[in-house]
Amino acid sequence: MNAQHQPTGSAYFIAKETQLPESRTLSVLVDNEPGVLARVIGLFSGRGYNIESLTVSETEHESHLSRITIVTSGTANVLEQIKHQLERIIPVHRVVDLSVRAQEKGHEKPLERELALLKVMGTGDDRVEALRLADAFRAQVIDANTEHFIFEITGRVSKIEQFIAIMRPLGLVEVCRTGVAALNRGPDGMSV
Amino acid sequence: MTGSNTEMTGAEMVIQALRDNGVIDIFGYPGGAVLPIYDELYQQEDIVHILCRHEQGAGHAAEGYARSTNKVGVALVTSGPGATNVVTALQDALMDSIPLVCITGQVPTSLIGSDAFQECDTVGITRPCTKHNWLVRDVNDLARVMHEAFRIAQTGRPGPVVVDIPKDVQFATGIYQPPSPVTEQKSYQPKLQGDLEAVRSAVALMAGAKKPIIYSGGGVVNAGPEASHLLRELVQLTNFPITSTLMGLGAYPASGDNWLGMLGMHGTYEANMTMHDCDVMVCIGARFDDRITGRLDAFSPNSKKIHIDIDPSSINKNVHVDIPIIGDAGHILEDMVRLWRASSAKVEADAIGQWWKTINSWRARNSLAYTPHKDIIMPQYAMERLYALTKDRDTYITTEVGQHQMWAAQFYGFEQPNRWMTSGGLGTMGYGLPAALGVQIAHPDSLVIDVAGDASVQMTMQEMSTAVQYAAPIKIFILNNQHMGMVRQWQQLLHGNRLSHSYTEAMPDFVKLAEAYGGVGIRASKPAELDDAIMEMITVDKPVLFDCRVADLANCFPMIPSGKAHNEMLLPDEATDEVVANAIDQKGKALV
Repeated sequence: MNAQHQPTGSAYFIAKETQLPESRTLSVLVDNEPGVLARVIGLFSGRGYNIESLTVSETEHESHLSRITIVTSGTANVLEQIKHQLERIIPVHRVVDLSVRAQEKGHEKPLERELALLKVMGTGDDRVEALRLADAFRAQVIDANTEHFIFEITGRVSKIEQFIAIMRPLGLVEVCRTGVAALNRGPDGMSV
Repeated sequence: MTGSNTEMTGAEMVIQALRDNGVIDIFGYPGGAVLPIYDELYQQEDIVHILCRHEQGAGHAAEGYARSTNKVGVALVTSGPGATNVVTALQDALMDSIPLVCITGQVPTSLIGSDAFQECDTVGITRPCTKHNWLVRDVNDLARVMHEAFRIAQTGRPGPVVVDIPKDVQFATGIYQPPSPVTEQKSYQPKLQGDLEAVRSAVALMAGAKKPIIYSGGGVVNAGPEASHLLRELVQLTNFPITSTLMGLGAYPASGDNWLGMLGMHGTYEANMTMHDCDVMVCIGARFDDRITGRLDAFSPNSKKIHIDIDPSSINKNVHVDIPIIGDAGHILEDMVRLWRASSAKVEADAIGQWWKTINSWRARNSLAYTPHKDIIMPQYAMERLYALTKDRDTYITTEVGQHQMWAAQFYGFEQPNRWMTSGGLGTMGYGLPAALGVQIAHPDSLVIDVAGDASVQMTMQEMSTAVQYAAPIKIFILNNQHMGMVRQWQQLLHGNRLSHSYTEAMPDFVKLAEAYGGVGIRASKPAELDDAIMEMITVDKPVLFDCRVADLANCFPMIPSGKAHNEMLLPDEATDEVVANAIDQKGKALV
């Protein structure tokens, strides 16, 4: 029997998965100590969860706390597991599902922003067109010579992706993206 | 020396932290990167070090010690191969929730990352197989990390932790701080008390049950003797039938009226049928493992489920539950018993009586039956005799992994918790012999028996030498069928009886092997000589290898074939060769 025809997933999950996967943005507050990112990433790879985007930086210097923003996807069961498994990691203080929190507050999504740098090389009409489109997208030129631009663009993931797609035929050389940073609207912090 | 804020070396701190955390015995193996700690061990008498013959053995011995005492087991190993050898024991302890502190030596901080001799990324390698781990780079962090290691290992859901200490940190001098009630890791505060409203709803649901069952697990054993006591009280109050996982055996006594035997893949027919047909399931400290549930979409389809667990990630992981209660099994059982009494909740006696009638009809099926033999020792018979001849003694049982393990679980009746040490989650062949050693060190005057298989026991056989050195009279009772019996059983079920490499063609002479180690070898091959031989084994005050020659081709039944449900068990009297060969369909073959 061909291995490809075998049911996937864990042993005994013979039942077809009927739930659809959804995308979620999680905010994870952790002690900024060596290895903490490896613990989080190792959890995702070890248990077969998806990471669509991951961003991390120290956010509270005095208390040595870092904030990890993870965009992941899975069925409702898997998402519940991801949250609980993250909470098992000893230096994890809090895990907040920003997507769920946003919906509880009557918003469609949390505020999500990403920054990207794009290097575009070209001459003539392509070059003019690239600059015109960058202006339309409110991207900044942060480096240029007669043959290239480097654009800095900030915005929602969909906007970044659209901008990258548009730049591709105009001489896109390379892209660097930060991954998603996210907060929820309103005055409440993540600990509320 | 008391644990006040005094200046000492890192190596001294390790010893002092062990003292301050109540450690008496540790298991280990020396090497270059832990020599300073071994030098301190040499110069003191409070901590007893047991020198094992392999770091895996040290790890399993510490597990056996922990499981039989409800204390933290401690292992001390060197860097590189010392650390990698202990990985199996760490993962084993993680899966079975055994509290373990493993101290590993590391190359000096200046050499970390240089591929130095006996260097490995210990915290990297052990990250997924520990509850938490630390690399201590500054001697002034060492004391608090050691204390935190003990706190994390034994609180919440217990588990293994690793403290990796570079050699220069062991030599360096710093200030030792005694354990402090202020916890270091603010983010780790496990919840012990269950939500009282949830307990109240659970009690109400239980009171209305017509076909209830209690399904308990290792969490009750981990919660301490009081939790087992409360479990018994709850069963007595409710008259509910009770079954248990492999890890939970002993929490409710096997001689108790309401006991159905173990459930799951090799559980009894009555336990599995009761699980399948129940209307209210009370799961206490168990985790709906795949060995327990069988086919998930057909698992106990008509029941409301209450799940008590200290680990929130266990809730709804494999099986959706109706009333989750997060907390320590002991605390929640206490609330449950109190609320049951206070609410003067009464079960529907008629319905429960009817339920017991049904259960008794399943019991009458006698699913553990086997055909006795006049000239050949049936493995089940060997277990029955071992049980009969040791049950009135102060006995602890460990096992390896395989058919013998299941026969031990089926035929040995446990009356108390912490008397049964087995590798459940990881299924580690080679666990039982070193675990027995650890148990014997903790209980020097008790009878400690490792029920072993001929294949498993050869994986950690070298620890016989440790047992002889420390005059630990462990009894290794080998059900020798010349095969990896469980592997062979699965090959018969799944692979057309093609016995690929499950037969050991060169078996050592276990009697001579025992003698070579300085122990005692005993052999029995006829049912008639078995009792005398077992009595001799019990009487001998030395480590024993007991070569019990059992029927070669006996298989372990009843069985839920993989991919099947609780009510589709393969019973011993129905398991003909043909049935066995066709028991598992194409889909089931992919499962483990």
